[in-house]
Amino acid sequence: MRIKAQVAMVMHLDKCIGCHTCSVTCKNTWTNRPGTEYMWFNNVETRPGPGYPKRWEDTDRYKGGWELQNGKLKLRAGGPITKLANIFYNPNMAEMEDFYEPWTYDYDNLIHSPKKENLPVARPVSEITGKYIDKPEWGSNWDDDLAGGSEIVPLDPNVEKMQEHIKMEYEKTFMMYLPRICEHCLNPSCVASCPTGALYKRDEDGIVLVDHDACRGWRFCQNGCPYHKVYYNWNTHKAEKCNFCYPRTEAGLPTICSETCVGRIRYIGVVLYDADKVKEAASVEDPQDLYEAQLSCFLDPFDPDIQEKAKEAGITDAWLEAAKESPVYKMAMKWKIALPLHPEYRTMPMVWYVPPLSPIMNHITNEDELDTDGYIPAVDQMRIPVEYLASILAADDTEVVRKVLLKLSAMRVYMRGKTVGGVDEFKQSELVKEANTTPEEIEEMARLLGIAKYDERYVIPTGRREMDDDLHYKQGTCSLEDLAPAEGVNPTFGMMKVRDNL
Amino acid sequence: MADIFWWVIFPYITLTIMILGLLYRYAFRQLTWAAPSTNFFEKKWLRIGSPLFHYGIVFAFIGHVMGMVIPMEFYQALGISDHLYHMGAIWGGGLAGLMVVAGLIILLIRKMTIDPVRIKAGFADFFSVLALLFVAGTGTYMTIIFNTMVIEYEYRETIGPWFRSLFVFMPKYELMSGVPFIFKLHVVSAFALFASIPFTRLVHIFSFPIKYPARPPQQYRSRSNYRKQGL
Repeated sequence: MRIKAQVAMVMHLDKCIGCHTCSVTCKNTWTNRPGTEYMWFNNVETRPGPGYPKRWEDTDRYKGGWELQNGKLKLRAGGPITKLANIFYNPNMAEMEDFYEPWTYDYDNLIHSPKKENLPVARPVSEITGKYIDKPEWGSNWDDDLAGGSEIVPLDPNVEKMQEHIKMEYEKTFMMYLPRICEHCLNPSCVASCPTGALYKRDEDGIVLVDHDACRGWRFCQNGCPYHKVYYNWNTHKAEKCNFCYPRTEAGLPTICSETCVGRIRYIGVVLYDADKVKEAASVEDPQDLYEAQLSCFLDPFDPDIQEKAKEAGITDAWLEAAKESPVYKMAMKWKIALPLHPEYRTMPMVWYVPPLSPIMNHITNEDELDTDGYIPAVDQMRIPVEYLASILAADDTEVVRKVLLKLSAMRVYMRGKTVGGVDEFKQSELVKEANTTPEEIEEMARLLGIAKYDERYVIPTGRREMDDDLHYKQGTCSLEDLAPAEGVNPTFGMMKVRDNL
Repeated sequence: MADIFWWVIFPYITLTIMILGLLYRYAFRQLTWAAPSTNFFEKKWLRIGSPLFHYGIVFAFIGHVMGMVIPMEFYQALGISDHLYHMGAIWGGGLAGLMVVAGLIILLIRKMTIDPVRIKAGFADFFSVLALLFVAGTGTYMTIIFNTMVIEYEYRETIGPWFRSLFVFMPKYELMSGVPFIFKLHVVSAFALFASIPFTRLVHIFSFPIKYPARPPQQYRSRSNYRKQGL
């Protein structure tokens, strides 16, 4: 057993209002430099829709993630030998047009235009070529809120494989938001795709990072990631990706996307896992078993035996305490209401999603008249088809999604009953049995999902610093360590190695 | 005197610039060390041009090792006649040379005509392609046309030993005096190209990830190597 800690996230999709605040604060923090204009470490896409980049779920095209070949786990895009043979040209990589050509506007014209009969306009200017773009045809969130409707929606690979025809009439259609960041997978295929070994997973918190000194820009990570969350910076020729705001999480703060989330949909916590089990779990035959297999990698933070072994592995008491309080552990492992995104990619993603409830389609005009057990079949008649959610969150296993939706419905019925009556009826109902829950669990769930405060939603232990050398120096300097001299120290040649006590 | 300059001083100066430049860039400017791909901007032409050029130059490199580094006596000991060797060199080397030149021309046209690729390419990028085209062009001309039309020149008796003598620091520059001009041009331009490597995108030659197949697929790193410090 090799115990490691992982900082993970849960997103409660019911609460996402699609405001893009997370994307914007993330962009302002990380990707506002030349070469990164098109990158969104965090993006919110409207589903059904092609997403960002277009059709990222089309694994036949981009060849991301893992697949089983004769029972062995292999990169879909090919192993090291295939990659070295193809190193001069990557056929599977997404191009700029799969994302979009980033542009700004010629605002200057609004101010400096000479007096004319017509109002001056700010024409779109490409941030790549500096030329005018006469007609932008795709951009970030071009298809927001189902814009493009019946022309754009069928591009969604999940829709393509659905048996049922998706209705696009306004009254009958459905829509949900899917915020996405890097999954910081337990079995990251981007890391395995990197020929130079520049990508790595951190021992301490499981965050997947790129070593920019080592990165040589071979680009296999870009499409090696089935979620397309590694980007190629055309300016520096290096890979860039979401870093889970590690400077913030190391200080015990939530990522900037979580911090600024208006709907408070995000939860961050620590989970313990057994790194030795990951490969075996990712290699199970049936993709629908991957969810359970992934759950089997996690360790119970309340088990004294596990605590003992975790301490031996160098995990501190603060982290063990945080693992007990972890909202992620509660939602994903204990209550099983959060599901991994596309488990069939076999990367063991660590950003989990609570699927959204949606209005019940048929027959129910007055909810007061619906008896408690009436909610059981209603789960299958929700506007967002269970098959669609299952395609995204459960490798097409509708039963997994159904269970979660039942539990969430049960929570809703119970909490409603507490105000308008019906709790006793609920306790005897088929619903509570079918949802496999108890009033106590529901109360706890309702608190965490509904009214949990900042320190309940984000339980993040600080990174270890006590063994760092020269803490005093670090306390007094900014993040430009080794680049800029400390305050009061004269810059030396090239500003390198200003510390004389090392 | 001219011989000493071109066949002693010039090669050593250019190789020194290359080695020191590479060391400097590796030590202090590693953040700029990458294979600066434009795969992201354009795919169609790159798909043809890039593998053609790169595989061509790998073959050409092997050919140069066979001709310049391995002594003539080695082939004679194996019983390979001079004529047989030259037929191999002309066919194999010619094919490699044509691949390189064709690939470079495709890449150059791509660099000049595809908007984002052109706009994001700097002087050094165009310089590298043009310099490579010149070196590869003279090389291919020598192999295919000069060797068949003018004279089947035995460079293994002159250029080869001279090249090897550079590395034991006893340059036999006198061997180079009778070499045909086109060969001299190829050698000098190649050394000039070597000197430019540290300052251009060509540094990526030295980072071919040969160790990739041998490493475990998943990489873990500790934030500050606490384990090493005796946790």
